[in-house]
Amino acid sequence: MHILLSGTASDSHTWNLVYLQLFLEELGHRVHNLGPCVPDGLLAGACAADGPGRPDLVVVSSVNGHGYRDGLGAVQALRRAGVTLPVVIGGKLGVAGVPDPRQRRRLLDAGCDAVFDDGDTGALREYLDLLAGGGRAARQAVA
Amino acid sequence: MSGGATLLAPSAAREPAAPDTSFGGFVARAAASGQLVVQPRMGFGDPHRMRDGLRRTRDAVATTVGTLTIDSYTRVGDQDAARAALREGTPLNGYPIATHSGEVTRALLEGVRGPAFPVQVRHGSSRPEGIVRALAAAGLDATEGGPVSYCLPYGRTPLAESVENWARCCELLAELVPAPRVPHLESFGGCMLGQLCPPGLLVALSLLEGLFFVRHGIRSVSLSYAQQTDPAQDEEAVRALRRLAAEFLPAGVDRHVVLYTYMGVFPRTARGATRLLEASARLAVRAGAQRLIVKTAAEAHRIPTVQENVRALETAAATAALCGRPTDPPGPADGEVYREARAFVEAVLDLAEDPGRALLTAFARGVLDVPYCLHPDNAGRSRSFVDADGRLRWSEVGAMPVAPYRDAPPGRALTADGLLVALGSVARRHDGPRARP
Ligand code: B12
Repeated sequence: MHILLSGTASDSHTWNLVYLQLFLEELGHRVHNLGPCVPDGLLAGACAADGPGRPDLVVVSSVNGHGYRDGLGAVQALRRAGVTLPVVIGGKLGVAGVPDPRQRRRLLDAGCDAVFDDGDTGALREYLDLLAGGGRAARQAVA
Repeated sequence: MSGGATLLAPSAAREPAAPDTSFGGFVARAAASGQLVVQPRMGFGDPHRMRDGLRRTRDAVATTVGTLTIDSYTRVGDQDAARAALREGTPLNGYPIATHSGEVTRALLEGVRGPAFPVQVRHGSSRPEGIVRALAAAGLDATEGGPVSYCLPYGRTPLAESVENWARCCELLAELVPAPRVPHLESFGGCMLGQLCPPGLLVALSLLEGLFFVRHGIRSVSLSYAQQTDPAQDEEAVRALRRLAAEFLPAGVDRHVVLYTYMGVFPRTARGATRLLEASARLAVRAGAQRLIVKTAAEAHRIPTVQENVRALETAAATAALCGRPTDPPGPADGEVYREARAFVEAVLDLAEDPGRALLTAFARGVLDVPYCLHPDNAGRSRSFVDADGRLRWSEVGAMPVAPYRDAPPGRALTADGLLVALGSVARRHDGPRARP
């Protein structure tokens, strides 16, 4: 798959992005890493890319504690812009150190395909297998 | 410059020395009386909680200064998001100083901040004008940052723009905090991405940012260094920073060295986190840093509570007090770290007379090149590794004026697991059952 990897609008952490790029590439995917602090417009633009660089999946990562809010903004902006690609998000999404089921629900309702809010990369790998196997799974909270 | 700590009453540095109410003056007085100043990284969106945090920092059994750590929305200049989050009641990862009114910030500081308890604003913004204006309006005069250290690790602002912003904001701070008050600026250059950057480059960046601040009108600065992988190498680095500061900063500029407890992936257990914190306090005293910024046992997991911050401050202060005063080893501090740092500093200062211009050219040519940094204005050709003895070294240097380590492992491609192992080495060592203190 061609995967678009992105930080969230207010999040400047990059070790998560460096790690995820390697992780996804080692699984055989091609990764376009947009880097940190990605405004919604830049993300939407990259999703709309056509030709050989056209993404099949968007992976959003956030660890600064604003992830639920920024992720919601991002996925709403993408869906509003008519982006139909699968979008998943993960990392440390809140400031409390534990997943927040209500916030996770809001992300799913807004059009996220999966939420890995405990940062579980094993679960992401399973999700990727599923996608590669052809099926776009029902929206799920992978916990 | 002397650090060290003795078991004096925590109030020893708090005597109202009437004329000098500055941040730098407070740290200098504490150092003169043998006290290490300890400081939290603390920020909450709610002003009441923020005030409570400052109050309890002040009242901790330690010589403390307070911190307003600013939230990520304010850092990236998205005041609309900060305002909306406050309205929705979404918790922020810091205090939105440019969103709460000046009145709110002054009220939260009222009766807490004073000559005996200075407060610093820590923010991580490459576009700091709004923050500088807000802190000055609230009566504050001490902050942190730098044209490089608040740009490369903090987003996608072009380096040239950050250099311009920071030059203007140093001058703005000097103007908004006129004499006899003394504005204070700390470089974050000794941290950069928090981990896997060999000490020589961190020391050089901190010094170069200090020179940049002075060029733009700041007369009281602190230079930083973040604890890395090896206590002996770290001690060498802090001493190198002190020596370079004495050699390169103009006489008459007030200065001190601030150490940061480890800024990379933190131990997950309370025991491991405490061991690492204690090691940083001992390092600060041994190497002669005057101030220490602590991390809490919650670091690996979430934003720490006020209580966790107070515990970290008191743990660090108690550990420092048990160390006694340091005695600098005889002879100049001219080990490997000093030589590397000096090579960077000289190479950069040779590029242009103006420090901002010199820094820009240095990054454009890869003379300075921060390992693993994704920022487009960083060359990205350097690589580092932790050697068999635990020291952080260069394996690839790109165009930098230093040599790769002779025993560097053969250039294997970086893997995801390999990266996690490297990032987690400090945490593992301190979390483990037989953790080395
Ligand atoms: C290094 C670091 C920094 C460096 C970052 C430099 C850089 N450019 O990357 C510096 C010092 C600059 C920094 C700054 C800040 N930081 Co910081 N930082 C860290 C630290 C110490 C390590 C992060 C790291 O390197 N991790 C290594 C990577 C590989 O792991 P990871 O990020 O945890 O991601 C893993 C999983 O979460 C998962 N994952 C991540 N994303 C995704 C996505 C998907 C889909 C999936 C499946 C999995 C997944 O995969 C990774 C591997 O397991 C952590 C605390 C810690 N962990 O010890 C704090 C931490 C992340 N930082 C934090 C904060 C708040 C900030 C600041 C806002 C300052 C502040 N207020 O304290 C600023 C950021 C400013 C901004 N605009 O966002 C908080 C976040 C709090 C929270 N979420 O509750 C933490 C947890 C510290 C704390 N306890 O307060 N930070």
